[in-house]
Amino acid sequence: MLPPFQLEQTINRIVREEWGRLLSALVASLGDLQLAEDVLQDAVETALVDWNRNGLPRSPASWLLQVARRKAIDRFRRDTHFRRLVPDITYLTELERSDDGPETVEEIPDKRLELIFTCCHPALDDKSRIALTLRTLGGLTTEEIARCFLDRPGTMAQRLVRAKQKIALAGIAYEVPSGERLNERLPVVLAVLYLIFNEGYSATSGKEAIRRELSDEAIRLARMTAYLLPAEPEVNGLLALMLLHDSRRATRQLGDGTLVPLEAQNRSAWSRPRIDAAVALLKSTLRQQRVGPYQLQAAISALHAEARHWEDTDWRQIAALYDLLYSLQPTPVVRVNQAVAISHADSPVAALNVIDTLADIPKIESYQPYHAARADILSRAGRRAEARESYDRAIDMAGNEAERHLLITRRDEL
Amino acid sequence: MQYLCLIYHAEDVGPQPGGPDFPAFMQAYQTFTQEVVEKDMLVSGNALQPVATATTVSRETGKVEITDGPFAETKEQLGGYYLLECKDLDEALVYAAKIPSAEHGRIEVRPVVVWDD
Repeated sequence: MLPPFQLEQTINRIVREEWGRLLSALVASLGDLQLAEDVLQDAVETALVDWNRNGLPRSPASWLLQVARRKAIDRFRRDTHFRRLVPDITYLTELERSDDGPETVEEIPDKRLELIFTCCHPALDDKSRIALTLRTLGGLTTEEIARCFLDRPGTMAQRLVRAKQKIALAGIAYEVPSGERLNERLPVVLAVLYLIFNEGYSATSGKEAIRRELSDEAIRLARMTAYLLPAEPEVNGLLALMLLHDSRRATRQLGDGTLVPLEAQNRSAWSRPRIDAAVALLKSTLRQQRVGPYQLQAAISALHAEARHWEDTDWRQIAALYDLLYSLQPTPVVRVNQAVAISHADSPVAALNVIDTLADIPKIESYQPYHAARADILSRAGRRAEARESYDRAIDMAGNEAERHLLITRRDEL
Repeated sequence: MQYLCLIYHAEDVGPQPGGPDFPAFMQAYQTFTQEVVEKDMLVSGNALQPVATATTVSRETGKVEITDGPFAETKEQLGGYYLLECKDLDEALVYAAKIPSAEHGRIEVRPVVVWDD
């Protein structure tokens, strides 16, 4: 028998790992996210007592699922409100009756993909999609999610309740969209995963440990989605992209938060296993010949990862990939990055011609990366006065101290 | 489930009665209405007279107060609605997007409350 502290840790680990799978199976049979969460939470509390007394069951996940189902049946018998929500519990009672031995985790119906499409429904706002995905599929607690967003736990709890209510009342289905709708909705799911990753990767706020956990969680969720949707190469494209960013985590920032630009990073400290895994994954994905924005971004990132020194970077290929990316995603951010690649592959003057095509776009004046990139290109083209002007603008609009500091250093080196 | 699709648009935007594109616009509405009728989804639907005809009534102060005009003075006004029977929100959104006025306005989709007995 485990000592209580160790037992609690074990339970927490099991709950964290199996939460999404168990919750999605319960949602599929109960049809209601809040109820599923409540009975699963009840089951976890029962486990704390029972496992302490009787030791760990053979299959803790199946044990939790069975207890949660029984809790649902109990509620059904007690509660008329519940009875209306779940009009038919024949399925549940049959499961209960057939419960001879524990099922293995693999036998639990895997409904996580259905659930992630529900949590990332475009009818929910961005932040709620992220929070709900972390809560239901990541198994993070409300307090943990609140900490990630620097929100009060009460505020985050309210947000989650409101989102679950909207799903129930507005009739958002628990299903994987099919056909054309999948093409519309998959990018929303992938965007949510990428936002979770970036929340953990960008240096805007919060403690490093929490950020690390968020990035890891995003990678875990992308792996899960890739496993459940093997026919969609963009999922693996996103996964490879995250792994490549993550391989540079140790070198992209100094202890005091200062951002280190790619050219100054210590490449020997990049995580080779991460890079190798990402490159292998990307190669097999690109073979499917259904290229998309995430695969292209991953390919660009892989070219950086494979260059032993900044000087070895294959800028020609990178510029060509940005060209392709721009044809799929004609946005200012892609244009800016394309110009930077051209400035190295060809010349700063050629790059200016590309980046200046953005000058007519409304609101470009307030787009910080435009000024930062333009400042760098101008300075390398020898146009120092204009470069200084662009640096000043980029510095005024910098999103965080680390970036501001980096830009000031560069301006002062002019 | 029933969903109310509220059609909001600025009254001076889009095809206007008497304009050259108005007949095609009306035809598009007929086609849409026919589709939801044939699929047995239409509960009801109507176009509203212009917002200049609106009158707002309230008893908030204890007595009936009547004012000329709509409840909210916004550029986009409620111009009509469809009440549709749909499988789920996704289906409601597909049909809401097909409403011809979605091209120059917005459709707010609201689920209808099912009262407990």
